[in-house]
Amino acid sequence: MHKTGEQLVMLVVINCVLLAVGAAISGGTFLSVFNLQSMASQVPEIGLLAIGVMLAMCAGNGGIDLSGIALANLSGVLSAVILSSFLSSSDSEMAFSLAFMAMTVGVGLAGGIINGLLISKLNITPILCTLGTQMTFMGLAVVVSGGRATTVGSPDLLSRIGNDMFLGMPISFLIFAIVAALIAAVLKFTPYGLWLMLMGTNPKAAVYAGFPRTGIIVGTYALSGTLSGLAGMIIAARNVNVKFDYGSSYLLIAILIVVMAGVKPEGGYGRVVCVVLSAIALQLMSSLLNFGGLSNFVRDFAWGLLLLTFLAVGRYDVVGFLMPFKGQLKSSAPSPQAPKPNN
Amino acid sequence: MTTSRLEELQQGAAERQSFSIGELVRRRPETITAALLVAICIIVAVANPAFLQPSTLVDIGRASVVMGLFALGVLVILAAGGIDVSFTAIAAFTMYSLTVLVQNHLPGLPITVILVIATVGGALLGVINGLLVHHLRVPSLIVTIGTQYLFRGFLLSFIGTVWIMSLPPQMGAFGRLPLLQFESANGATITLPFYFLVLPIAAFVTWLILNRTLMGRAIFAMGGNANIASRLGYNLKKLHIFIFGYAGALAGLAGIIHVCANRQANPFDLVGTEINVIAAVVLGGAKITGGTGTVLGTILGVLLIVVINSVLVLVGIPSTWQRLVVGVFILLAAAFFVTRQRNK
Repeated sequence: MHKTGEQLVMLVVINCVLLAVGAAISGGTFLSVFNLQSMASQVPEIGLLAIGVMLAMCAGNGGIDLSGIALANLSGVLSAVILSSFLSSSDSEMAFSLAFMAMTVGVGLAGGIINGLLISKLNITPILCTLGTQMTFMGLAVVVSGGRATTVGSPDLLSRIGNDMFLGMPISFLIFAIVAALIAAVLKFTPYGLWLMLMGTNPKAAVYAGFPRTGIIVGTYALSGTLSGLAGMIIAARNVNVKFDYGSSYLLIAILIVVMAGVKPEGGYGRVVCVVLSAIALQLMSSLLNFGGLSNFVRDFAWGLLLLTFLAVGRYDVVGFLMPFKGQLKSSAPSPQAPKPNN
Repeated sequence: MTTSRLEELQQGAAERQSFSIGELVRRRPETITAALLVAICIIVAVANPAFLQPSTLVDIGRASVVMGLFALGVLVILAAGGIDVSFTAIAAFTMYSLTVLVQNHLPGLPITVILVIATVGGALLGVINGLLVHHLRVPSLIVTIGTQYLFRGFLLSFIGTVWIMSLPPQMGAFGRLPLLQFESANGATITLPFYFLVLPIAAFVTWLILNRTLMGRAIFAMGGNANIASRLGYNLKKLHIFIFGYAGALAGLAGIIHVCANRQANPFDLVGTEINVIAAVVLGGAKITGGTGTVLGTILGVLLIVVINSVLVLVGIPSTWQRLVVGVFILLAAAFFVTRQRNK
């Protein structure tokens, strides 16, 4: 596991370089407090989804959560539609905000548990299951909202979460940081974290060692779903409206963040701090491209290229390029973590 | 040993007789798809006899061409144990750049050449996918999500975002070329377009490749277990290039047919429909983990999705329910096939 530190250092360096480049290009305005705050307030939505994807990937056995953004939108839409039928967001601001927050997270948790049960109890492959639930969640959001944007409004507490600062930091970013720290602690200090990583490394051995497989899988996807619900809450807080197709490129970006963070797609390894740093790096890059006046399409192109580049970096272990016997290693010792490289 | 084997066989034969339906479903999961399709058609026909009009059937046939071509490509990749979500981007890329090319530089190009260029162009983009999947050794889902954005981002940022409403004449003519034409009871002319023929031809070719060539054997072998296939001497690199190239070729062809059929080229089209296509293939009985899948099942799956998409309105369910219904169908099909597999 010598890579652990390397990845972290690399991400810190990337972040610093991006900040320096931004400062150089913009003549300092990139580092202004306002710009930093506005960038920080854009990280949480995608960062929370990325942590969810990371957890699912760590569980191994082709684990991946494709339903994240659909579930986030569903939690926002469902809560908005149901709550606004008997509570007015402008009259009882406090009650609406609290109920909305509880309900988004609750819907996320429920969606995640459904994913986990389908995968662990019915043995459906995670890709297929989350593809199906992605479509189901999105479809449900379309049905309850009639395909239109639903207004949440800006009740006091909720809009403060989306737009206000605490000690100069956006509140949404603070929530994200606290949640990330909590999950990092859970992964590091509880048996669940150890089980998750070991099961990801070798699912068969984990079963024979008596790990509670169902519990771990349901827990993992439930956690990922809860994070989606939280992301849905922040999306609603920042945008006044919620709609079923918000953030259609978030799925790719979440996976890109996770791959950049060095999480192994085949499972068993991933660090929350790296995911957070790589989410920040991506936001910096995105803002830089904006500063350069490039269109969204160029950004999509850049994200695709970046994802493939990072996959290549992870595959060929940059240092390995400098080694004379690289070719030999590749053919004679296929990595033991990838018994099925093709799927 | 011999006796026990014999007993086993006899027992197996007995079981086969008593559980013949279960056995049939296990061996040929597409029977369920067919049954479901027939059931839905009957229900809809009873609820709204307008469904059985020839015009509706021709519409369904026409709507299934593009999706069917995509699905055949996805079937080959799923059978080999991979997954592809970039084929819609390949189709959008080929169709739009080719239309721009023909319109601005080669206005006289005959339609057959256009179709060939689309197929070859799609195949080349597919080969890029294949090489990346083979060399990066990560799940092909992640690689193709990357290439989807790469191709589409390239298309939209460097080739164009303008909606082309007036196609080069030969492409428009190909889209209108009739295969069958007849008048319905109320006097309207109903046309089954010529391009519909492409789907059965492509289905037949795919069937040939999967069932009658060594390549087909290799594809199923790799889908069953890539490590063992490679030890048996199958060249995984060649296989990856072939399956993704083939899917890309079909996607390119589907893209250009989409343009000709709709008589307009919209660069924002197609991308976003890939989940529907994968759903169709999975509903047709192909396992997402590879090693199984039939052409017949895939075509049935495509028909099922197309029918669901087009008949919900006929029976009075608002079209907003379409995604939810398809999503639930995917989950049910997945759960059903998995339980069947376990009970064998």
